[in-house]
Amino acid sequence: MAKRDRLSGNEAVAYAMRQIDPDVMGAFPITPSTEIPQYFAQYVADGLVHTEFVTVESEHSSMSTCIGAEAAGARAITATSSCGLALMWELLYVAASYRLPVTLACVNRALTGPININNDHSDSMGARDTGWIQIYAENNQEAYDNYLQAMPIGENPAVRLPVMVCQDGFITSHAVENIELCDDADVKSFVGEYQPEHFLLKHENPLAVGPYGISPYYMEAKMGQAAAMQEAKRVILEVGRRFGEMTGRTYGFFESYQLEDAETAVVLIGSSAGTARACVDELRAQGKKAGMLKLRVFRPFPFDEIAAALSHCKAIAIMDKCESFSAAGGPLGAEVRAALYGCKERPVAVNYVYGLGGRDFRVDDCAEIFRALDECVAAGETGAPYRHIGQRG
Amino acid sequence: MKNKPVEIRWHGRGGQGAKTACLLLADAAFSSGKYVQGFPEYGPERMGAPITAYNRISDERCTVHSNIYNPDYVVVVDETLLESVDVTHGLSKDGAIIINTSKAPDEVRPLLGGYPGKVCTIDARRVSEETLGKNFPNTPMLAAAVKVSGVVEPERFVADMEASFRHKFAHKPQVIDGNMRALTQSMQEVKAG
Repeated sequence: MAKRDRLSGNEAVAYAMRQIDPDVMGAFPITPSTEIPQYFAQYVADGLVHTEFVTVESEHSSMSTCIGAEAAGARAITATSSCGLALMWELLYVAASYRLPVTLACVNRALTGPININNDHSDSMGARDTGWIQIYAENNQEAYDNYLQAMPIGENPAVRLPVMVCQDGFITSHAVENIELCDDADVKSFVGEYQPEHFLLKHENPLAVGPYGISPYYMEAKMGQAAAMQEAKRVILEVGRRFGEMTGRTYGFFESYQLEDAETAVVLIGSSAGTARACVDELRAQGKKAGMLKLRVFRPFPFDEIAAALSHCKAIAIMDKCESFSAAGGPLGAEVRAALYGCKERPVAVNYVYGLGGRDFRVDDCAEIFRALDECVAAGETGAPYRHIGQRG
Repeated sequence: MKNKPVEIRWHGRGGQGAKTACLLLADAAFSSGKYVQGFPEYGPERMGAPITAYNRISDERCTVHSNIYNPDYVVVVDETLLESVDVTHGLSKDGAIIINTSKAPDEVRPLLGGYPGKVCTIDARRVSEETLGKNFPNTPMLAAAVKVSGVVEPERFVADMEASFRHKFAHKPQVIDGNMRALTQSMQEVKAG
């Protein structure tokens, strides 16, 4: 029987970790992810898990711990945010290219400077090309559900890639909301035991981990990673369906909300989707054909599926909660526009940067975006394709 | 159209327990079968700095994840904030403000920038000192907020809180009675004007 409870996003992820009982955790604190290893340490102290809890001196070392453990055939996890993820940078590539399915709980936070502890997506978006699968949550329930799906996705023999499970710092991580939790036994059977085919300490078939890749071989390794990312699409859908069978909550690459007949739509990631949902409800009550696409999986990017879901709209706003300083928009804007390029019919697209460093995103802000989209439709042209919203003055 | 949640904004100072009171209210409302949100707004945190925390309480899940700008109720855990923070900003005139002070509602109303709604006061410091022996204003403020807002049925609230304290203070049973007296005394003493 599922259990109804109220937990913050961080508590929910720590609870999922306890249910999974992984072999190793590389632990180093950084706001706003600190509570995850903190709650988990309590589970370790209380003897509720059998995890080797390795307290290290930096995030570089926590990711190295996970890589070492995974290479030896263990299931390894960590959690971090912001500058902590930045300090892991070179190891993120190592984990992905060694094909080690580490699971990282990323509690999204802005990067310095100015110094800021609040939410935006600069940290994980910066890591979008490291070879990790990236899954984003709207609320505590999705943070929990996504975490339970991470290992069945990443450890699948056709994939063997690390997975970053992202949630919005403070907005989700520190907000207590209702949640439905799975039974421990159901989680154990859903996630299963990790049984890698190859690992460092397998004496009957030893292998080298981390050799030099000379030019005649390096590109083949990268092609292998790229092919695994393709395979991940199929596995993500399979696992999302299987999770739905267990819980009634089925997951895909994204959620379409009132999108089928929508003339205008916003495309966004994370907690702001809940706020946009309330805005769409208000506009629909006024008879306006407004819709929303909430992206869940950013890596692999669901290129064709997004194009198919959005191509019928007249105007869309693609919302980036980070700057990429391209002078042309953010990463989600670039990907979604590229996805739509192949469509014969496609909407006018405006790329907004919003919510940096915890700048609040209100229902009114979303309504203003829909008004701007109405103007695009009326004028029959995009106007400025790259805009910011929510800033002073 | 979905039901509109009851929205509550807490003003306190870092270290006073406004965030804890906010999360306890979420707990109490959850126990009575509601959908809840309880979340703090973080700035550069330090002891004594003004902090804000929020609750949304409703019969269906509320998906909005912004801060609260037009609360139904405001709870002020530290009355010195009345001088520096516009605590009634956006507050519904049909709602109420609940202030921790030894003063009567009529005495603090002039400090509230012409707010026309209900003003409630509770001397949470005295209640806390009488019942807990120390100044922990969050438990009496929580009780006053429940009494004034009615977001949770008061008798159910008292019963749920007792169960919650018994769980939370399993290793410190001596503080359970004090906390329970702080709750009930505050609910009796809160004054509306």
